[in-house]
Amino acid sequence: MLKVENINTYYGSSHILHGVSLEVHPGEVVVLFGRNGVGKTTTLKSIMGIQPPKNGRIIYKGEDITGNAPYLNVRKGLAIIPEDRRIIPNLTVEENLQLGILHKKKQLNVSEQFDMVFDYFPKLKLRVKQLGGSLSGGEQQMLTIARGLISNPELMMIDEPTEGLAPLIVEEIAEILRRLQRHGATILLVEQNYDLTISLSENLRAYVLEKGQVKLSGTPAELRACQDEVEQCLGVKL
Amino acid sequence: MELSWEIILMQVIMGLALGAIYVLLASGLSIIFGLLDVLNFAHGTFYMLGAYAMFTAISLCGNFWVGLVAAVVIVSLIGGLFEITLLKRLYGTDQIYPLLLCFGLGIFIPDIIKMAFGLIGKVVDYPAMLQGATFVGNLILPKYRIFLVVLMALVLLALYVFMKKTSIGMIIRAATRDRLMVNCLGINVSRVWTVGFMLGIGLAALAGAVAAPMVQTIPNMGDEMTVEAFVVVVIGGLGSLGGAALGGLILGQVVSFVSLLAPDWSNVSIFLTMALILVLRPRGLFGEEGRD
Repeated sequence: MLKVENINTYYGSSHILHGVSLEVHPGEVVVLFGRNGVGKTTTLKSIMGIQPPKNGRIIYKGEDITGNAPYLNVRKGLAIIPEDRRIIPNLTVEENLQLGILHKKKQLNVSEQFDMVFDYFPKLKLRVKQLGGSLSGGEQQMLTIARGLISNPELMMIDEPTEGLAPLIVEEIAEILRRLQRHGATILLVEQNYDLTISLSENLRAYVLEKGQVKLSGTPAELRACQDEVEQCLGVKL
Repeated sequence: MELSWEIILMQVIMGLALGAIYVLLASGLSIIFGLLDVLNFAHGTFYMLGAYAMFTAISLCGNFWVGLVAAVVIVSLIGGLFEITLLKRLYGTDQIYPLLLCFGLGIFIPDIIKMAFGLIGKVVDYPAMLQGATFVGNLILPKYRIFLVVLMALVLLALYVFMKKTSIGMIIRAATRDRLMVNCLGINVSRVWTVGFMLGIGLAALAGAVAAPMVQTIPNMGDEMTVEAFVVVVIGGLGSLGGAALGGLILGQVVSFVSLLAPDWSNVSIFLTMALILVLRPRGLFGEEGRD
């Protein structure tokens, strides 16, 4: 479905990604692990076209999308759920969601899509007329996932969805991710919480990044076989 | 001079009419700044173009109202062309580059107009139905000033409905806060920018077109209006439409009363008002703190 081939990405003159390659197949959860600053978010931004790579290729469903503007990639079926949430503070919850479905208004039944996301996030339904900026951190995280989900994307790139949230909400978000996965969503996930991530799905693969390169990759079982190396890359005891 | 309540009320109406011009002009400037982050130093130039387009259209068709619509449409299209061909190339660069481009345009266009129309002012007549005044008791109400106030109220209402109730208005409000995220939701932001710029320019042109019968239509009539529009936007708070409206009305009253009581001070009073408001409230009346 998605094939990233040997991309190099820079911020100005600093070289962030050094030849990253990865693949995502339909129905999979693919996770990017790594310490802060190794280029996980940059990888997502490169795929999306927010920070296009200098060289290398990004192939989505057989088509070269390298360097396309983000809005074009969204229309092809990608969605990004950014770590900083990026809720539009001066728009209501309802308007934030409408913004997410505007580009597919003609193909989808808007009220059905609203019902679908409210089924995932019943709390948001109680807040539809409230301004995005007035929500709590957990509610904002739910809204940002809902906003990405409402247009039925084929591949969701979710960046650190549990960062900075209370344990109870973390579990709630994890349950949502499991549910999405059961319904056949394809997810490329960046997450620091190793144990929680491994619990998300049977059909899971992970890439471990170090200094802008893929160091290790494999299924949870394969990573367990080389646990020492994983621990070294992540700098934690598992 | 005896200040009777009739004179005071008259002056309030004069100030409201002047304020209406400021409000139209400044709301356009505010939309452009909020959405595109462009400090449009050519705003007064588009105001002037609105007046000249009005003059030209009326001389061709002879009707004030047709001329008014034509002027706004034509100048908006000129603005759109400018945005697509020149301004668009400078997005993402330092804020100073679009500013300089607009500044340059503000020097270049008036000279073109001087060549095309000459230095002598053009006269735009009041429409027949709005000439003269109506009397309410001892009170003289100039019809055209009343029209300006009504027009401003209608335009503000239309802008409010457009921003709050339409998809494109919603996108403009969102893109004003976070253009990257709007782009990441599948929306072609650059097209929204063109629409927003044309909307802002259209408001400037409307201000110029309706001001034309009251002021002298000369090639440099927009120069000081650019500065005054910025003053209004700064008073109201950068990027805030409600602020532009309130700021415009305040400034209209200030200029109106200072011109009556101390005519020599009328220009200075504009900047004194701005300074005073900024001292009391540095972000402007409706501005948000620490907006980047």
